[in-house]
Amino acid sequence: MSLNRTAAGAGQKPRAWDRLSISTKQIVWAWTFLAVPMLFFTVVRFYPTAEAFYLSLTDWDFLRPASFIGLENYKMLLSDPVFWQVFRNTFAYLLIGTPISIVLSFVIAYYLDRIEFGHGFIRALYFLPFLTTAAAMAWVWRWFYQPPPIGVINSLLGAFGIPAQPFLRSVDQGLPAIMVTAIWAGLGFQIIIFLAGLRAIPATYHEAARVDGLGEFAILRKITLPLLKPTTVFLVVFSSIGFLRIFDQVYNMTSNDPGGPLNTTKPLVLMIYQTAFSSYQMGYAAAQTVVLFLILFAISMGQLWILRSR
Amino acid sequence: MLHASTRGLVSSVKMFSAGALALGLLAAQPASAVEIEYWQYVFESRVHAMDELIKEFEAENPDITVKQVTFPYADYQTRVVAAKAAGNGPDVVQLFYGWLDNFVAGGLVQPLSKEKFPAADIEKDFFPIVSAMKRGEDYYGLPTAVRSMALFYNKNLFKDAGLDPNKPPQTLDEMVKAAKATTKQDSAGNFQTVGMALDIARQDHNWWREILIRQFGGEPYSADGTKVTYNSDGGRKALEFYTGLQSGEKVGQEGFMDEGQAAFRAGLAAMVIDGTFRLASFNTISGFEWGVTELPAAPDGTRSNYASYFANAIGGTAEGEKLEAAEKFLAFISSEKAMKVWLEKGGELPARKSIALSEENLAHPVYGPFIRGLTYAHTTLFVDEAAQRQITIDMVNSVLLQGQPVTDALSAAAAKEQQLLDKRKAN
Repeated sequence: MSLNRTAAGAGQKPRAWDRLSISTKQIVWAWTFLAVPMLFFTVVRFYPTAEAFYLSLTDWDFLRPASFIGLENYKMLLSDPVFWQVFRNTFAYLLIGTPISIVLSFVIAYYLDRIEFGHGFIRALYFLPFLTTAAAMAWVWRWFYQPPPIGVINSLLGAFGIPAQPFLRSVDQGLPAIMVTAIWAGLGFQIIIFLAGLRAIPATYHEAARVDGLGEFAILRKITLPLLKPTTVFLVVFSSIGFLRIFDQVYNMTSNDPGGPLNTTKPLVLMIYQTAFSSYQMGYAAAQTVVLFLILFAISMGQLWILRSR
Repeated sequence: MLHASTRGLVSSVKMFSAGALALGLLAAQPASAVEIEYWQYVFESRVHAMDELIKEFEAENPDITVKQVTFPYADYQTRVVAAKAAGNGPDVVQLFYGWLDNFVAGGLVQPLSKEKFPAADIEKDFFPIVSAMKRGEDYYGLPTAVRSMALFYNKNLFKDAGLDPNKPPQTLDEMVKAAKATTKQDSAGNFQTVGMALDIARQDHNWWREILIRQFGGEPYSADGTKVTYNSDGGRKALEFYTGLQSGEKVGQEGFMDEGQAAFRAGLAAMVIDGTFRLASFNTISGFEWGVTELPAAPDGTRSNYASYFANAIGGTAEGEKLEAAEKFLAFISSEKAMKVWLEKGGELPARKSIALSEENLAHPVYGPFIRGLTYAHTTLFVDEAAQRQITIDMVNSVLLQGQPVTDALSAAAAKEQQLLDKRKAN
């Protein structure tokens, strides 16, 4: 009775929703749920990104209304010697930091994988720095690098009769000194990922290779490394982006003279920060941000392409 | 009967409570009640001092209430700008004198009324550095407190080196001599104690720019602040003197103990040049006795000092009765009475000569040297304090770390700073 009435009612007044097939309904539901993050990303990510592109073409200084000045900011950027210095620094962090951190973390993971005794403890020790706030860590390292009488490293050097080194106060040693800190900070994470990658390689491959009489080095070169390629590519991309965006370590270790003596340790992100929030040249800072975006975009695309061609 | 009287009682209670409510409202909010907002950044002693002043002001002006709003220093300027854009800015706002050009350009502050704050009175009563708040014929704000620099010295280290701890150096020569006597190095040549804590990133850049250059016969900028004039003999000698403290006399080292003030606090620097704002920190030193003296004079007796201040100004959007209340409040916090509170609560020097130059203050062992310095102090008309400071830091670093000749480093810095001035003044 009541069933009939419902059916009759539906027949008289069919709702649009009920006429959709199940698969169409699923698609509608999927899009409804997806709309939330999409809306979020549009408002919080894409809109400000587009706005930054526009700002880079203006002379906005926070106080006066922005006026459109075309590519003036980009021209200024290209003729700014500090920008080129910062550009070189940023690529020095990337090109030296990434390979060293990848090789180092692989070597550690490779040997850590083979020991049973204290494995968890040592892994935790390596991972600990990754959990620590970058700013706090940077200040500890800043203290390590101090000149005598308080600097830990210089005290050690002094004990061996080696003259004190200026480290952060040097135009040559500043950047490597900061790089060591950044590599050390990211090492734990990379080791964990490498360990997971190593454990994912079936032990039978190695056993078969040993039965066939392959040496350890040949196993590493012919089996382990090729099978680790997805892990390695992921870590290279991840670490490259990290080094291109380096800021916390540099800012906190050189806050007396942000970016080190004569800008020798200053990365692009720090230059953007200073241009925007200490000189209030928002338009110029936006132009620098666009350049950083393009660099990150190109490098990420290149690395994704390598991953795909596998 | 009973019924009727109860009804009558109820209605009269109702009437009474309505009347009381109306009365209460009137009392809480008099016909001309105005609430104004005062903004400053978070600096504990200043916030407390301001709370005190607001209490006194409200007692004197029952029809005005003042709401104090504070922000962390790092966000402060951004907040003021954002509030202006949103149309609800402060009525009275604190700003660093060096921000004035930006604040005026952005319409964040308005000129003071010439009737209520006559320029002649301001110039008579305040230290001359107040002129940094003047643009054209208009004053844009008044300071409550001012800061100046002096030479701090460690009496214990002076005694250990055989110097009289009650006779601090009065000239640059005496300062270098005292620094040499107090410097200690280990066998490898590393400093154990420095005679002078050198810190170009903190106060030394001001010392070089406004004091040393003048003492060596130069002028840092043209009178209107639009031209860099330190690329001169005086500028060169001043830079040679400053960098010579590390490279020639070897009485100090940039970066020793990370910061100059830290080296002094730790008792590892015999002398450091710093400002009044450091007193709160140095007052907590318990390991040794310290003293403070005027910045050393040049051989010909020339003295100079660098003074700076945070001023209070009237917000660009204040108008009508809020403007009137804001003017009253600004006059109150710039009064002699307020400055006394400020000195007691915040340890900051009064901006009015009559209060600052009292005999008691001039003879004060700690405030005295700073206040005497105020009488001959200069103020840099910064267009971008951070960028100009950076230029000076880079100049000193290129001499000390890269071995560039002083003349080259100086002319490079002058050119860079001139470019910056031109760009900012053109806006």
